[in-house]
Amino acid sequence: MLSDPEVVGMLTTGITVTLRLFAGALAGGFLLAMVLTGINLIPSRLVRAVVALYVEYHRNVPTVVQILVWYFGMPEILPEAIRVWINQGNTEFSFALIALSLNVSAYYYEDIRSGIRAIPATQVEAARSIGLGAVQALIYVVLPQAVRYAVPPIINRSIILFKDTSLAMVIGVTDLTYQTKRIENATFQTFQIFMISTLIYLCMALLISALGSHLARKYPASFKS
Amino acid sequence: MIEFLHTYGMLFLVGSWPNGPIGGFAGTLILAALGLAGAFPAALVIGVARTSGNAPLKWLSSAWVHTFRSIPLIMIVFWAYFLLPVMIGFEVPPFSTALAAIIVYESAFLAEIVRAGIQSVPAGQVEAARAVGLGYFQTLWSVQLPQALSNMIPSLVNQFVSTIKATSIVYIIGVQEAAFSAQQINSIELTGALRTYLVLALFYFLLCALLSRLARRLELHLQNKRLGLAI
Repeated sequence: MLSDPEVVGMLTTGITVTLRLFAGALAGGFLLAMVLTGINLIPSRLVRAVVALYVEYHRNVPTVVQILVWYFGMPEILPEAIRVWINQGNTEFSFALIALSLNVSAYYYEDIRSGIRAIPATQVEAARSIGLGAVQALIYVVLPQAVRYAVPPIINRSIILFKDTSLAMVIGVTDLTYQTKRIENATFQTFQIFMISTLIYLCMALLISALGSHLARKYPASFKS
Repeated sequence: MIEFLHTYGMLFLVGSWPNGPIGGFAGTLILAALGLAGAFPAALVIGVARTSGNAPLKWLSSAWVHTFRSIPLIMIVFWAYFLLPVMIGFEVPPFSTALAAIIVYESAFLAEIVRAGIQSVPAGQVEAARAVGLGYFQTLWSVQLPQALSNMIPSLVNQFVSTIKATSIVYIIGVQEAAFSAQQINSIELTGALRTYLVLALFYFLLCALLSRLARRLELHLQNKRLGLAI
């Protein structure tokens, strides 16, 4: 099966697309989560309500439905210019990337927020009392501790994100799952190709989780020395 | 919008029932509930094996959990789709195929909840039970599990929410559930896909947000109970 260059080509495309989708959504989601964290600092009830609604929507609606909303629904209301711009590239991939980034950003945002909330207020008070400014206290005292609390859930969410990239196949993104179905249709070697792809997914997910436990060991959340 | 809901509300809620198989959100709920109920006995065994002292059992159960938590559900659905008919020798309807896949997938997640539940029971409880002469299984059955199960309830509700969300993918093999209804409506209407899918999203949103809130309240209730506070 793997001696057929055509099959290998299709499989490589699938892996590449899956990885691009994963990396793109990871980066996009993280940036969006940072922006959300910043926006939520604005002392306005309306802003907070909007952020809360954004988070709740993305957490309570299935990822696949979010992808369908973006791919089938959003082109109706997107401005002409943006639509043309998206259609120039790979339409399916772009919409899947947007949907997955927005989806994962809501979870990352919650993880970052609970990481910051895990730091006792006395830490900030202590930092301020020894003469650090508000920003300095944030950078040198709060964030280094908060990151340690936030990293394990962020890694867990990233594993789920990696698995969720397979949902993009429903709109025809040529990811690993989609390519597996295509290879199956072309070769009828159902068992072999599904075994290969399943093992690829398995290895990648285990790799991410191994990285996660390595980080958790290296940077433990509690500072016991 | 009112007219849209008037025309398609029932299709969203129960699918083509009573003139055909039950589908829509009723189908989603049935699939998720049966999936969790079917996965629970397996999860109980796997979860207990994860906490046992027996090395091969521990290894096997860990392998099961790590494997099925690392594979996308869609892959497991495809496996069930072509493996089930070969294994039992006759065609399997899409609903049963999806159910089998969900049971296998959820058993791994539920097993972790069971394990966490068992480990949340203080070690003193086990020591006390063993000291009064209960054996391993007696201790497990009458001391550890009853306490573990009540600790697990909020997580189980959360897992139910996850399962409801996860089931939305099975429409691709033709199972009649909520996302399938939306697709049907989309092919009847041809236009207004945004409205159709937003209504679908809204239904999921209400259902899952409500259940998540319930889980949070249960969690709070449990915390207060642990702290010995009056509620």
